[in-house]
Amino acid sequence: MIETQNLTKRFGDILAVDRLTLKVEAGEVFGFLGPNGAGKTTTIRMLTALISPTSGDAAVLGCEIGREDGQIRRQVGILTESPGLYDGLSAERNLEFFARLYEVEDIAEQVERYLRMLGLWDRRAEAAGTFSKGMRQKLAIARALLHEPQVLFLDEPTSALDPEAAHMVREFIASLKQEGRTIFLCTHNLDEADRLCDRIAVFNTRLLALDTPTDLRRQLYQRTVVFHLSQVEPRFVELVRGLPFIRTAMETEGKLLVALDDPERDNPTIVRTLVEAGAEVQFVGELRRSLEDIYLKLIKEEHQG
Amino acid sequence: MDKIWVIMRKEWAEVFKNRFVLFTVAFLPLILVALPLILLQITGSSGDVSGLSATDMPARFSELCGEMSEGECAQYFLVSQFMLLFMLMPLAIPVTIASYSIVGEKTTRTLEPVLATPVTTLELLAGKALAAAIPGVSVTWLGFVVFAFGAQLIATSPAVVARLTDPLWLMAIFVVGPLLAIASVSVAVMISSRVNDPRVAEQLSMLVILPLLAAFFGQIAGFFFINERLILWMAVALVLIDTGLLAFATQLFQRETILTRWK
Repeated sequence: MIETQNLTKRFGDILAVDRLTLKVEAGEVFGFLGPNGAGKTTTIRMLTALISPTSGDAAVLGCEIGREDGQIRRQVGILTESPGLYDGLSAERNLEFFARLYEVEDIAEQVERYLRMLGLWDRRAEAAGTFSKGMRQKLAIARALLHEPQVLFLDEPTSALDPEAAHMVREFIASLKQEGRTIFLCTHNLDEADRLCDRIAVFNTRLLALDTPTDLRRQLYQRTVVFHLSQVEPRFVELVRGLPFIRTAMETEGKLLVALDDPERDNPTIVRTLVEAGAEVQFVGELRRSLEDIYLKLIKEEHQG
Repeated sequence: MDKIWVIMRKEWAEVFKNRFVLFTVAFLPLILVALPLILLQITGSSGDVSGLSATDMPARFSELCGEMSEGECAQYFLVSQFMLLFMLMPLAIPVTIASYSIVGEKTTRTLEPVLATPVTTLELLAGKALAAAIPGVSVTWLGFVVFAFGAQLIATSPAVVARLTDPLWLMAIFVVGPLLAIASVSVAVMISSRVNDPRVAEQLSMLVILPLLAAFFGQIAGFFFINERLILWMAVALVLIDTGLLAFATQLFQRETILTRWK
């Protein structure tokens, strides 16, 4: 669906995107994470044929960027960072205008469909300028979908939205995934990326990491299991540390934290060892690193060179 | 062509909601049509144009009057000063519309979603330019038609009316007018690409009327007079100027330039 090969963009002396190589599969929700100024919007602009790359190649839906730009624009949808609505025009007129530019066949039908889907039908005649941020964002999403694009680029879709509106937008993105659309999602919201994305790219001018959220966790952090004991005695820690498959074991805040490669295989052995030593095991769970931990670690390593 | 029309309709739907734009489009023609008619009424009512004489106008102007009487020539001289101001309409109205339309899109950040559609930048520029130029030119033409009918009713000298609607002024209004509108839109596009306030864009773009004002005062002072040859040269010069301005404006109106360099 989307494929880039050493995609690079320079603005004068400033390197905005450095040799980005990635492949996004059909039907995938692909998260593109990075700090402000990382080049995320520039990447989206290149992939939607809004600006041309300095070097490298990219293709969207089999159309080559720089050669088939009109085709690309016809087939992809984009939600820009700012909703960019005509405030003086009604919601309906806003959508009709874009539907005509996208050469949509059943304009009235499509406009009604998406206004209803996003809960804006009753307010279709009101000027977009009177809408709340959440409603504006919904209208902008409707605009991006009018021509039924198979690939959708969403640039910060929930930024500046209240939790309820953000939740609604996330639910809608999830429903788009169910429809089989490919979604390229730029976001600062790591929890959102964790929940929605099949794969995640961490990007800061260049690609720092690319994998599923689970595999990113595995790559960057060893799997850690937390054992809640009624009392953590030093001998329990030493005992566990002595097992051959254990990488590290330590006591933290009254819990025993154990790092190991294969908890599914080795947890029963640990539990058995602890129980035999007289420990009372109350609860066992895996310490799940947040995507924020992964992101911050990658960005920190990048800054440290 | 269909998309150009779509863009024009959207521009008009949006820009005419702005009271200042509406005021400029409606009020300027009213004033500029009324002024020469009032002057005709004052200087020539009841068939009395003899109150004016050759001493009331620059000496060289009488050469343009042909067989008109001194009084008729003087009346024509006075009214023709304001006829020149008719040219203000195809300059000022498109500048106002284009400034609000382009800078407005910049400030509300509506251009990027439009540029992401399959519309070509040429279609977008043409849509915006025509949406700005057509009202200016239409109002100028309409104003001139109203003036011509009014002059028929008010002016008592058929010779003066004939001169005010002769090929010189027809060419000025119907040929030079649209060329001026193209120039003003191109200047507005160029200036709008660098500023973020529609009023600033409009004020700077209004510099485009300076040559016209120079011509107006130059004629009053008697440095030169508008005649067929001058209008013809003006048209030729404007074709060349418009070509250059349009090429420059088109260069500025490219997707990448708009998204990355417009401040």
